Amino acid sequence: MVRHVLNYIWLGMILLGVLWGTITGRLDEVTQAVISSAEEGVSLCAVLLGIMCMWSGLMKIAERSGLITVITRFSKGLFSALFPEVSENRNAMGAILLCFSANFLGLGNAATPLGIKAMEELQKLNKKKDTATDSMILFMVINASCLQFIPTNVIALRSAAGSADPSGILPHIWISSSMSTLTALIFYYIFRALDKKRRLI
Amino acid sequence: MIFAIGWFSGFAIPALIALILILGVSRDIPVFDAFVDGARDGLTTTVKILPVIIGILLGINILKESGALDMLVLLLKPVADFIGIPEEILPMALLRPVSGSASLAILNQQLKEYGPDSYIGRTISVMMGSTETIFYTVAVYYGAIGVKDSRYTLWVAMIAGLAGIISAIILCRLMP
Repeated sequence: MVRHVLNYIWLGMILLGVLWGTITGRLDEVTQAVISSAEEGVSLCAVLLGIMCMWSGLMKIAERSGLITVITRFSKGLFSALFPEVSENRNAMGAILLCFSANFLGLGNAATPLGIKAMEELQKLNKKKDTATDSMILFMVINASCLQFIPTNVIALRSAAGSADPSGILPHIWISSSMSTLTALIFYYIFRALDKKRRLI
Repeated sequence: MIFAIGWFSGFAIPALIALILILGVSRDIPVFDAFVDGARDGLTTTVKILPVIIGILLGINILKESGALDMLVLLLKPVADFIGIPEEILPMALLRPVSGSASLAILNQQLKEYGPDSYIGRTISVMMGSTETIFYTVAVYYGAIGVKDSRYTLWVAMIAGLAGIISAIILCRLMP
């Protein structure tokens, strides 16, 4: 079911738009939107292309020089406290840490394959294969609350729009993502406790 | 304090680049070759996400141009007013959990419309940087390993996302 959510949302957006356009007599605008979407997609990718190449290039250097392994080593203590069930499994731990590091460095698309790798490792420790484990949920919610050091695409778009200080919002982003990660942790423990209680009853 | 943070954020990217290069040279990495290799991956990634971006833009543009998005924003406005959320950020708040490329498109457009250094421009930038595409990530990650029951994942992720939005609004008001 989860897998298809995005399909439904996309379908819903388009059908709702066409329906509303028909009711309000804006079908010409809808037709225009279809054509302009294609052009807009290409120009948006053109904006992103340069910064994406630059950042991927720098990350390749970081990867080959072992910077990512160093980050993994430094954060190991903290993460084995968060994931006690998997701290013995080095593969799962490594994949989780690599994914967080990639997210932290703002490598959205590089983080996705690493995240899937981490989920596969966690799935090996899962006894009920079609149900998420607590560790998976914790991994997902930390991921989704997105502790990010430098969101390159935001800075790129801000400078493309002519900002006087494109990176001026970085401190705001750091504090805001920390708040959201902290909230994720707190509510993870609350929900896990509630879930355990419910199962006992 | 604010000056120091501002100085640090201006310093962060050049410093990180220098650090990566110095570390690379110290480990005998041919840094330029590595850079070019990696940059080629960036090209592939961008080409790979192009179809996704076009598809999502199609959905958004139809929703927007037909006036349906305005209708949704209008429906949500009383709720937003009640909590104290500026209505201009509602499209971003609605789309951010669904799709990264869609919210990137919204960000691009609204930065041009309101100006990147305005209160709205800064707030949506912070929202974009500090929250994640919850539904998309959950769908892709659980889908990849065949987990059907995600239990309380979406609840916690959505509460955390909301906390991110609220702190973005407050922070941009407090810190110029």
